[in-house]
Amino acid sequence: MASPTLIAETATRSGSAARKTAKRPGQRSRERRRNLWIYAFLLPTFILYGLYTLYPMVASYWYSLVEWNGFSSQQTFVGVENYRRVFADPLFWSSVRVTLLFMLIVAPLRVFGAFALAILLNSPKLPLRSFFRTAYFLPVVTTTAIVGVVMRFIFDPASGPTAALAQIFGLGPIDLLGSSETALITAGVVYVWKFFGITLIYWLAALQTIPADLYEAARIDGAGPVRLFRYITLPMLIPFLLIITVLTIEDCFHAFDLMQTMTAGGPFFSTEIIEIYIYRWAFAASIPQLGFASAAAVLFGVIVLLVVILQVWATVVSRRMRSRA
Amino acid sequence: MSVIAKERKAPTARRTTRRVGRRFWWWVLTALLLALAFVWVFPFIWMVSASLKTSGEIFGGGLGLIPEALQWENYSRAWIDGRFNVYLLNTVIVTVATTVIVVVRCALAGYVLGRYRFPGSRLVIAILVATLFVPTGYTIIPVVKLSMELGLLDSLAGMILALAGAANVASILIYAGYFRGMPAELEEASIVDGAGFVRTFTQIMLPLSMPVTATVGILTFLFTWNAFFLPLVFSFSNPALRTVSVGMQAFVGENSTDWPGMAAAGVISLLPIVALFVFMQRYFVEGIAGAVKS
Repeated sequence: MASPTLIAETATRSGSAARKTAKRPGQRSRERRRNLWIYAFLLPTFILYGLYTLYPMVASYWYSLVEWNGFSSQQTFVGVENYRRVFADPLFWSSVRVTLLFMLIVAPLRVFGAFALAILLNSPKLPLRSFFRTAYFLPVVTTTAIVGVVMRFIFDPASGPTAALAQIFGLGPIDLLGSSETALITAGVVYVWKFFGITLIYWLAALQTIPADLYEAARIDGAGPVRLFRYITLPMLIPFLLIITVLTIEDCFHAFDLMQTMTAGGPFFSTEIIEIYIYRWAFAASIPQLGFASAAAVLFGVIVLLVVILQVWATVVSRRMRSRA
Repeated sequence: MSVIAKERKAPTARRTTRRVGRRFWWWVLTALLLALAFVWVFPFIWMVSASLKTSGEIFGGGLGLIPEALQWENYSRAWIDGRFNVYLLNTVIVTVATTVIVVVRCALAGYVLGRYRFPGSRLVIAILVATLFVPTGYTIIPVVKLSMELGLLDSLAGMILALAGAANVASILIYAGYFRGMPAELEEASIVDGAGFVRTFTQIMLPLSMPVTATVGILTFLFTWNAFFLPLVFSFSNPALRTVSVGMQAFVGENSTDWPGMAAAGVISLLPIVALFVFMQRYFVEGIAGAVKS
């Protein structure tokens, strides 16, 4: 029994899209002209995306093989020397560890927290549903870099609101962002708060794919809310769990704006994610080490690539699961 | 008869009490969610309140959110001395220009990829999907080097091109999916009427794709308005090019004790994007939900 959405999907896919036409004389020249237009339509994307996305991805590899200080001086080819130095740098490994730890703090909270909230917000019995959705989504649209600065003040150990709260509960002065034990967890919680709304929308979209008549039928058969959840909602959402988890993991790689403005990687490198490590060597050092930073960027790209492969795999698996449902 | 009536009565009575109990739990839940929602928006409430206080009031600490007297001069300080008048104008220019470029290029690319098969179409789609997600930190060094060689590094134009050249694959795919779903009769009819490739697109397809254009436009606007990494690097040597996200950090760096000014600058920077969100909420949500549906 295929789900209606899937039927709709395949219908649109096999429907009006390009059809191979039989080639008659005259047809061919028309097709050639058509193809010229097609390439013309692709040109703006080809130029911009080629220059600013594809070329940099490839060029990073070349830059990682040269010794290169600053944007004007000579480049000398040094082979894999930069990689050797990156691998030997304990702070690079620390930044990899921080990036992964950050992901481990943020992703589960977002995926499962948003799941629970989406189930509640999806219930027609709950009052103020659209208000809640707006409130939880609000931080998503705000500028991360500005939120990062504001958070420095919110968590200020002397006169921020959290300090005032701690005083009310009789705790001593706490400096959540200023101590290397708590800084990463605090940053993680802020990140969850900031982008929780995105994961929430993902789950709500997933919930909307469940056909209402399934629930109707089960209700007529006498199933209560618990059993509806257990036998319909959960199984229908499992395929989405994969995809939403991967999308959320990808989101965790975009923490540069928040970290740079909130902690700048400190204290003692405890919140230095890979992007900040790259930034520090390329732009914030007194003598920029662009070859070295590029080698770190390439390694970062490899980690990202692994996640992309994971995403493709997750998409394939969840499609297969949905078509079996 | 009476027996049946009695039997029927008992369950209904029990059901009403159960219903009352259940409704009670819904209200408890709502109260909890309200408390959580307050925590969620608290940082913004605090920011607005701090922007209208004096420094002394803030450093006195406490959780009071109501200022003693509204200090509007915090705003004029952020606007003039903090140069947020310049930063905001830069942000508007960069965001509008980038959004226009991205919408146009994604509509064109999405149209041909969604509707036609041509030599290389599969390869193009494969490359696009492979780069669905590229962190700025990975490409930033070559982007800066390239912009320098093109003489675009210290200019708003260079910033706009770099932002518009970011992958934006999701936007192309949203367009492609939408155009793919359009009925073939539209095209056939326009060809019969003698319209060529370009006219079919501009007069038939593009007007019909307005909902997608709204979604892509608004999401691009959001991402560009909030961009930080590229504007930061592009305005290193020229502070006059800063956008609000970069300016905020500079402002705090220069006036580390001016909390009210900082908060006012934050309100100035966030107000436009939050207003846009409030009025266009549907498109934000649709655009983000699209990632799961595809």
